[in-house]
Amino acid sequence: MPKFQSAAELEKFRAEILSSRDPAKPCIAVCAGAACAGMDSAAVAAAFLAALDQQKLGDKLEVRTTGCHGYCEKGPNVVITPGDICYFEVQPTDVSEIIAAALKGEVVDRLVYKDPGTGAKAVHMSEVPFYKHQMRLLMGDNPKIDPMRIDDYLAVGGYAALVKALTEMTPDQVLDEVKKANLRGRGGGGFPAGSKWETTKKAPEKTKYVIVNGHEGESAAFMDRAMLTGNPHKILEGLIIGAYAIGAQKGFMYTRHDMPLLEKHVRNALLQAKEYGLLGENILGSGFAFECELHFDVGIFVSGESSALMRSIEGHAPEPRPKYIRTSVSGIWDKPSNLNNVETWANVPQIISKGAEWFTSIGSERSKGTKLISLSGNVVNSGIVEVPMGTPLRTLAFDIGGGVRDGKTLKAIHFGGAMGGSIPADLIDAPLDFDGMSKLGAPIGAGGLLLMDEDTDMVEVARYLLDFLVNESCGKCAPCREGMPQMLHILTNMTEGKGKAGDLERLEDLAEVTGAASLCALGKTSADPLKSMFRYFKPEYEARIVNVAGGSDAK
Amino acid sequence: MSDKTIDSIIEKYRGQPGSVIHALVEIQHENHWLPRDVIHRVADALEVPFAQVMQIASFYKAFSLTPKGRHEVHVCTGMTCHLRGAPKLQAKVEELTGLKDGETDADSRFTFETGACLGSCSIGPELIVDGKHYGRMTPEKVADVLKRYE
Repeated sequence: MPKFQSAAELEKFRAEILSSRDPAKPCIAVCAGAACAGMDSAAVAAAFLAALDQQKLGDKLEVRTTGCHGYCEKGPNVVITPGDICYFEVQPTDVSEIIAAALKGEVVDRLVYKDPGTGAKAVHMSEVPFYKHQMRLLMGDNPKIDPMRIDDYLAVGGYAALVKALTEMTPDQVLDEVKKANLRGRGGGGFPAGSKWETTKKAPEKTKYVIVNGHEGESAAFMDRAMLTGNPHKILEGLIIGAYAIGAQKGFMYTRHDMPLLEKHVRNALLQAKEYGLLGENILGSGFAFECELHFDVGIFVSGESSALMRSIEGHAPEPRPKYIRTSVSGIWDKPSNLNNVETWANVPQIISKGAEWFTSIGSERSKGTKLISLSGNVVNSGIVEVPMGTPLRTLAFDIGGGVRDGKTLKAIHFGGAMGGSIPADLIDAPLDFDGMSKLGAPIGAGGLLLMDEDTDMVEVARYLLDFLVNESCGKCAPCREGMPQMLHILTNMTEGKGKAGDLERLEDLAEVTGAASLCALGKTSADPLKSMFRYFKPEYEARIVNVAGGSDAK
Repeated sequence: MSDKTIDSIIEKYRGQPGSVIHALVEIQHENHWLPRDVIHRVADALEVPFAQVMQIASFYKAFSLTPKGRHEVHVCTGMTCHLRGAPKLQAKVEELTGLKDGETDADSRFTFETGACLGSCSIGPELIVDGKHYGRMTPEKVADVLKRYE
């Protein structure tokens, strides 16, 4: 294992990796993302490796287990390079045929994408409808990387941005670049990352921390896990660069305890980075020192809230605190602590490598870059999608998502999980934009996008989301602890046909007070889905009251 | 799990009050629940008041203060699974096992729990038994899956 003393040593090592690899040698990338793993992609990968061993093909062919490719609906996914040939729903029995074809440079016709309508086939990734409308700046490397091998990340240009930051830029220049790029937080708030960094940087304490929030508690959001599991070094590289800009000595990765593969990959990435001298003292001879620790949430949504998360890292129960003083000034152990989401950190290396001007050329006027979207619900093609900000929701739902399942019509689009909102189908041409979507009442949140079909009962959706939040509330402040169960009680009655006059007014009242008086975002935004429902789907709610009053059978 | 394994986990964190959560997570993973005497031992070794360890152990959902069955059955109740039929799946599991969310049967065969979200939304609704995912489940298929776990 090399321990790089300088940037030149790292670059020399990278050149050696690249020269030892033959780009013409076929490589079979088997996806081990959460959905593919659930469809037993491990058995597919094992079958490939067994066949390789048996036929002694190690010199002619490579098999690589990778992170999420994106097209989860059609897993287990297999991609063959060169050519990015995509095979879907691959079974262990397909393995010998795929190997034979890969060796001859041929394609297994029956496993490629077939359009459900026209039957037209698409062989290469750039032709598959799910992929061709995307801009995969963050996810694109996933099929090329075995997340357990840092060399694979180096081979796709990994840690070059860190080299550039440490050797060619001062911390202030790095901060300036991120500010100019107008990188906005991907975790939910859309707050400019550069301003947050600057607050921590300027805070008077000497000890400072940087944190990766990989908690991802938002239901039906699964892109952060995919990034952390599939390409952990990209996030770590962003974090080290951020620490350098801010002047932090220590970082924390905070993530889920219930994904064994994620834990394995991140632990391994931290060890490898340390072995290579990318963590520790005097990184690449720059004099900059930085360490990173791994921490886990233990199964409660509120621990994704920044002040609660920091309490959890300190070893306490994750109760949020009032943020009269921001965590960026007084966070973990009362030291300035800059927290960003996984996807925000993942954007940092490319901003440093390619520059703010390049980054701001992508996206909408006020929301720059690409956004990862977890596309699911009643959609044909669910999976992880990456598109430039400003992309119309129609492109996401129909061109990429393939529309609504089972030939049904679209009723609503929901963004942002339990603290998001639902908008009706006729707003489908709205662009994906932090501010625009917030104004419509369906803030992007972390990026969980759900299609809801004509059969969806919007009262039941609001009840379901509130039920989730009631269970996840930490119970510290009364408006959240007491207000939400009251709203849930009324909504449950309504779904059971027991809605009565005055219920809607009481809901509006409770929503307002809970929103105004709760301590943290969980309570503050708990009624946001309900507010969006009242804005767009009120007749459905009124019907639940009228029906009962009229004595007819409400659902 | 043997007392030795628990002791070795506790020893790793002796004198480190900041590591309560780490210690509890490891014991929970190994032992599947946190007996009261173990919580006492954690408190003593890490030099944290028992009440504070208990606060953490009772707060986080991942910790269990009661013994679990031999097999842990989960139904994902995340939003996509919900939209794709998780309530019916849950009703079927409850019917077949006679258990409500969080309960363990008298023979300690199954513990049933709901939870969200495991991020494999594309293959929802999901039944997960001892960590193995059964994607795109229908109520009709549940009995067949549960039969495999005695």
